[in-house]
Amino acid sequence: MKKIKKIKIKINGKFSTINESLSLSIFLIQLKIPLKKVAIELNKEIVDKNKMNKIKLKKNDKIEIVHFIGGG
Amino acid sequence: MEKDRLVVAKKKFSSRLIVGTGKYKSMLECANAIRLSGAEIVTVAVRRVNISDKKKPLLMDYIDPKKITYLPNTAGCFNSEEALRTLRLAREIGGWKLVKLEVLGDKKNLFPDMIETLKSTEVLTKEGFKVMVYCSDDPLMAKRLENVGACAIMPLAAPIGSGLGIQNTTNIKIIRSQTKLPVIIDAGLGQASDAAIAMELGCDGVLANTAIAKAKKPFQMALAFKNAVIAGRQSFLAGRIEKSIYGSASSPTTGII
Repeated sequence: MKKIKKIKIKINGKFSTINESLSLSIFLIQLKIPLKKVAIELNKEIVDKNKMNKIKLKKNDKIEIVHFIGGG
Repeated sequence: MEKDRLVVAKKKFSSRLIVGTGKYKSMLECANAIRLSGAEIVTVAVRRVNISDKKKPLLMDYIDPKKITYLPNTAGCFNSEEALRTLRLAREIGGWKLVKLEVLGDKKNLFPDMIETLKSTEVLTKEGFKVMVYCSDDPLMAKRLENVGACAIMPLAAPIGSGLGIQNTTNIKIIRSQTKLPVIIDAGLGQASDAAIAMELGCDGVLANTAIAKAKKPFQMALAFKNAVIAGRQSFLAGRIEKSIYGSASSPTTGII
């Protein structure tokens, strides 16, 4: 069986090791992110949540997931 | 009589008090204070999701964005680029177009950087945002913001969180008199009477956060702000008497025994 290659990415400033060519949508579902309540950036570009399943994560990708919190 | 409402970017609100959601002890305390304040608009910040602890309560679980208008705010941004990035993300969360722009220029006094603020207002407006703008109490800058498409002018009363109250009533009056846009006093209020003064100056609304959240009894202060904004607005609409350096007896001077 072919061994799945691991890659390192950064999510919200922290490193994470994932399987190569994992899609962004599956990765976020695995993390149990409430997708309707967040916005997602991939390498400083806003991601269209409807097209996330087509995005394959690559080495050194930087993901930011933000939501609303209390503020003035 | 037509109902007196706050109109921002063609949206009508019954309450003229906007409340910030920061600095409360808990989300529950924040939600209850908002309910008591009667506010229909609350400011919110955009921050990273806690990936490692997803059990943390979410603001949206406590304050329903279908019932209360969320006003995403760029608090903590120190340049145009950061502010634009924050608000573009905020729009992505749920289609919010009505936003509050706040580009700070100094970490100590938290005064706005008006050059960056002006630049950002122009870009955001072109992108279809309705931008309520936190600004200095400089009438010339307020005019410039209006010219580039701001939908509300939000001059500070005093530095954010300082509780000093309105420092320059003259400038606030000038800003109010020169624009058709809503003028909402943002930042620096310390107690309910400060809100009443803002409303009596003719301002269209008031934004309070620290004054309520950090009061010894936040719920009581939320209620006090609600009443002060209503009282101040009514007082403004009623039209005050002229000031005089002499007395004018309240009782008739005829028929004195």
